[in-house]
Amino acid sequence: MKLEQTTYNRALEIVNDICIGCSHCMKVCPTEALRVSEGKAKIHVDWCIDCGECYRECPTRAIRVMDDDFSRIFNYTHRVLLVPSVFYAQFSDNITKKRINDIIGELGFTEICAVEQSIDSLIEEENEYVRNAVKPVISSFCPAVVRLVQVRFPSLVENIMRLLPPIEITAQYYKRKYAEYGIPDQELGIFYLTPCIGKIAAVKSPVGGYTSPINGVINMDYFYNKVYLAYKQKIPVTKEVVVNNAISSKGVLFPTTGGEARLIEGKTLSIDGMKNVIDFLEMLENEEVDGVDFLELRACDQSCAGGILSHRNRFLIAESMRNYASTLGGEHELVSDYKKHCSAVIHMEKIEPRSMVKYDKDLDLAIVKMEKARELRRLFPGIDCGACGAPSCEALAEDVVKEQADINDCIFLRTLYEKRGELSLEEAVKIMESIWGKDRFVKRNY
Amino acid sequence: MHLEFKVEGGDFSNAGSASSQIKRVLKQLNIDPSVIKRVVVALYEAEVNIVAHAYRGRIDAYISSSGIVLKLEDEGPGIPDVGKAMTKGFSTASKEVREMGFGAGMGLPNISDNSDVFTIDTIVGKGTSLNIEIKFR
Repeated sequence: MKLEQTTYNRALEIVNDICIGCSHCMKVCPTEALRVSEGKAKIHVDWCIDCGECYRECPTRAIRVMDDDFSRIFNYTHRVLLVPSVFYAQFSDNITKKRINDIIGELGFTEICAVEQSIDSLIEEENEYVRNAVKPVISSFCPAVVRLVQVRFPSLVENIMRLLPPIEITAQYYKRKYAEYGIPDQELGIFYLTPCIGKIAAVKSPVGGYTSPINGVINMDYFYNKVYLAYKQKIPVTKEVVVNNAISSKGVLFPTTGGEARLIEGKTLSIDGMKNVIDFLEMLENEEVDGVDFLELRACDQSCAGGILSHRNRFLIAESMRNYASTLGGEHELVSDYKKHCSAVIHMEKIEPRSMVKYDKDLDLAIVKMEKARELRRLFPGIDCGACGAPSCEALAEDVVKEQADINDCIFLRTLYEKRGELSLEEAVKIMESIWGKDRFVKRNY
Repeated sequence: MHLEFKVEGGDFSNAGSASSQIKRVLKQLNIDPSVIKRVVVALYEAEVNIVAHAYRGRIDAYISSSGIVLKLEDEGPGIPDVGKAMTKGFSTASKEVREMGFGAGMGLPNISDNSDVFTIDTIVGKGTSLNIEIKFR
């Protein structure tokens, strides 16, 4: 498959040396952005929405997250880590937040702040926005959902809430706070600890005409191991870390399923899990949904508790977060400080659709190609076996008309052609090898 | 390109499948989302009309680079007063149909509002044919 030059910043890449071409990733990609060729998975980058479903599925960890090198934090004198509430929930309850924070300080950060600190002020803005916007408003919180809508549901782009996600508001707050202290901009490094691959791309190439003040993104899976190792090795505390843990129960629950929708007035729904989200968006696009004001859509089952870079069981994490929230008040002490700045800076500009060119940019050609593809599909068996290196018979038909695959890639047709004597066994094997790799028939040692 | 669909009267669970499939095709052709929306609204209304009022029907869609032509033909009671049926809020839908969220009396006016060409041919006691045309550019 021809790989186009990327026009979007992405967070995932396939490490060829580790990929065994098992095609598991190809089967779960919600935008059919993956193919297998020469025994390796290939990403069609313009179609990738960084949801990380492939990363979750990969049995050999051949999909790499393009996060920032941790040592980059030391380029700054002041190193702030924005920690999501889901991070503390990675640990069992007997490991205290104080101990975790001490370790984070020991690892090099000078200040720690709860990401969801901005929720208390954001929620008022969200309600105000929902009152005046095209309904139903789709929450902009989950970056994979925003990108999914851009790529697969371009007609619904205008429904995406044009308010920045909480992480950006908290980061802006820090930018301002340090400027008020008189600290030069280049000395302040704001880092975000992410449970989500989509956030990496979202920070690096945000939607809606915005540049993020976040200087780097730290992979939560990587960081969890680092913190847990330090905990196990009982490292001594030698450094002071400032902990700004102003957070309300609203804030802690916000990244869990229902945590956002329950704070919005009117008829709201919370839907989690990629398949559920896609099914609902299809209905919405078909004009089959009426009278809903707000949609909290989250790509991961159990929302961020089931984040791709989350290590612990998602249900245990969600329970931990609910438990923590029950110990907190409904509002924290910095809320008025946040409100002072909030509404001026949190609006995004128009979000553009990112259409997938399925057949051709030229409409006449696209129609001709589509008709050919429909004709081809009648030849294919319709079982979506994936033996051709494409996720479905439909995808293979599209690839064939775009000259990115061959009709003989279909194992059923190949067998038929062999039977008719139109294709030799050697040619058939060669095709198999071109898709699944030369050494595919060699016995493997696991 | 020609696509055809069969519609069964009374089968509300499948109402919308033609408009959903045509939407898919238009999306894959990169048609402007606002145009797709008009096609979906007009076709969905027309499809539901067959389900709610007729015994059965068929939908033929013809797609070219200039636009889409939708022909819907049903076997059904026909429309006694087309002028009245084109009035917003007028409905002959049964209570049962209204309870399912259909039959608000916006069907035909909505189709008309969303199409570039819209004609109705109806014979009382025999059936109704709609011709809906929506241009892409």
